[in-house]
Amino acid sequence: MTALTRTPRGLDRVNPVTPFVAAVLYSVPMLLTIDLVSAAIALGAWIIVFASAGIGPRTVLRRSWPLLLAAPLSAVSMLLYAEPGGRIHAQLWLIVISDQSIELALAIGLRVLAIGVPILVGLVGLDPTRLADGLAQVARLPHRFVLAALAGVRLFGVLGEDWRQIALARRARGLGDTGAVRRALQAAFALLVVALRRGGTLATAMEARGFGDAERTWARPSRLTRADAVLLLVTAVVVALAVGTALATGSFRPVWQGAL
Amino acid sequence: MTGSRIRARGWGWQHAGRDAPAVAGLDLEVEPGERVLLLGPSGAGKSTLLAALAGVLGGDDEGDETGELTVDGAHPSSLRGTAGLVLQDPQANTIMSRVGDDVAFGCENLAVPRDEIWSRVRHALEAVALDVALDRSTAALSGGQRQRLALAGVIAMRPGLILLDEPTANLDPAGVVEVRDAVARVAAETGATLVVVEHRVETWLPVVDRVVVLAAGGGAAADGSPASVLGAHGEQLAADGVWVPGLPVEVARGTRHAGEALLELDAVRSGRAGEVVHEAVSLEVRAGEALVVTGPNGAGKSTLALTLAGLLPAVEGEVRATEPLRAPDVREPRPIRWRPKQLARRIGTVFQQPEHQFVAARVRDEIAAGLVALQQPKHEIAQRVDGLLAALRLEALADANPFTLSGGEQRRLSVATVLAPAPRVMVLDEPTFGQDRRTWTELVRLIASLVDDRGCSVVAITHDPDVERVLGDRTLRLGGTAAEHGGLAPRAERA
Repeated sequence: MTALTRTPRGLDRVNPVTPFVAAVLYSVPMLLTIDLVSAAIALGAWIIVFASAGIGPRTVLRRSWPLLLAAPLSAVSMLLYAEPGGRIHAQLWLIVISDQSIELALAIGLRVLAIGVPILVGLVGLDPTRLADGLAQVARLPHRFVLAALAGVRLFGVLGEDWRQIALARRARGLGDTGAVRRALQAAFALLVVALRRGGTLATAMEARGFGDAERTWARPSRLTRADAVLLLVTAVVVALAVGTALATGSFRPVWQGAL
Repeated sequence: MTGSRIRARGWGWQHAGRDAPAVAGLDLEVEPGERVLLLGPSGAGKSTLLAALAGVLGGDDEGDETGELTVDGAHPSSLRGTAGLVLQDPQANTIMSRVGDDVAFGCENLAVPRDEIWSRVRHALEAVALDVALDRSTAALSGGQRQRLALAGVIAMRPGLILLDEPTANLDPAGVVEVRDAVARVAAETGATLVVVEHRVETWLPVVDRVVVLAAGGGAAADGSPASVLGAHGEQLAADGVWVPGLPVEVARGTRHAGEALLELDAVRSGRAGEVVHEAVSLEVRAGEALVVTGPNGAGKSTLALTLAGLLPAVEGEVRATEPLRAPDVREPRPIRWRPKQLARRIGTVFQQPEHQFVAARVRDEIAAGLVALQQPKHEIAQRVDGLLAALRLEALADANPFTLSGGEQRRLSVATVLAPAPRVMVLDEPTFGQDRRTWTELVRLIASLVDDRGCSVVAITHDPDVERVLGDRTLRLGGTAAEHGGLAPRAERA
């Protein structure tokens, strides 16, 4: 088990369904505005929240590193291609760097982090079994669907090894000399066949253990506790603080109003 | 808990789209608590009968049922939790990611109250002597542990009928004994009726009190106590592929003439992702000689095989092909650097899971695929394919889809596909897994003739002591002791 697949301390008492609800509660208002103030406040607030919940900077970085690449990329594209406004600093064909594009670049880069980091920290590495328990018992999704999906998730790990074996087996049979695209397609088809067969046997094994539509019990209880209320409350406070401050200081900039 | 009663009256089943029924006209009574070993030639419908008893054979669209089959007086598909089934492939029996959850799964489906589930789970794991934490990942279990886990999952449901479909065919000898002993304990403790399908009779004789032999044409060919059935029908059963105790298999070997070295391993340690999995191995793979590699599960046998076969790079040391193997046109001495076509012509590999190797929709095309890639003339391909179909007794299946074959047939097909380009070195990973006595003999005879008559070199990874006895010109034992030259035990001189 790598650190990525473990639920971070501080989140392990939360029902896995709650982070999903919190993610929606948080990201919808945060997507309505593009301003520096609300993004900076929210990001700062989350870092304090994580630290006090025992989620250290290492855990945060390990889960959200793709964003550290995505945020600068989106900022740079804003910087170079956003609609110009204010003083113009540099110009080259379609590229215009202006006051407005600098501000937008900062706002967008920060916002990607402010929205992405807490969501990734909360959702990456949720234990699939606990999530399935929560989806079936708390969110009341049909258990047949949820458990079949859960069993499918476990198959994914097995299929990774299948893929490696298929690649080796094709080389062993002298079939690897064709073009890379064709080779990948053929191997993918072989994997699909293996996956379907594994799925079929898995269904038989599940059925043989009485799996079906009938009423069932749950060995692992999944319920909402105070920790879930706390997570939702904290999320609401962060949103209110961030968006509220932006409104109060006049920096709130709704997306529908476009640029400055 | 008492055992279930099985009753079959003229029962039969024909899979949809097949010409002949899998089982026909079966009459059978099994009393509660009886422990039955179900035998019969390949294709007699043993697995079909087990699936039917487990109630997982499917509905009308999957096939046609005739006659009557009941468990405790009811049709098996209408019962839930009365019969528990353990399948041959350990991987196929695991449903959940953690040991405790996997055992609990069946109980949950039977709506057992939560507190009782966990006491049942602990008791079931104790009964199969699987002493691991409840939150242990199921992916980390060995094959034998997985099969005992599956058994625990079944007995936690408190079934009256336990059905085992070749539960030990894919296990090493230690795993076989683990599972067999767990079954014996569980049967004694629960009093459940037990039906086991297994070619390896000797393993199960201490557990069963009755042997039923299904006939290939339908119905039961013999039925009675193990001693009386094996005594009266031993020779016939052996001819049908059953491993009858006291009738050892013999495959004659030619005179040994170990020739030139084809591959040289120089202090090779292999592994995945830079992590070595076995001690350094230095040896020569020689023409006209078979090398058997044995050792416990996890000793790194399969990884060494892939490295030796030019499929995985060695983590330390080097695998080199000698001039005779490289002839006529390859200069690069390291097989891992060869192009696939250069490799397939020189070193053939049979994988542990045959289905990973299949690339075609028909058995015939499957065997031809390697030859087509090598651009051989059409009529030569056809000739070669026909020869291999006959040699491995696959003629009747020439137009079947490789994925629909039985496990034993798939293994023979994968051997045929590798033989087609006539490589001088053959690497076989567990070539006899799941083979009955008859196909085992054919397969081992074929491998032996490659070595003795064609001067090929064979490297066989195996747990099977009979394979080691017949094919082990030299034996490399991995795991534990140093496997330098000293670890290579030469075979007793052949006459």
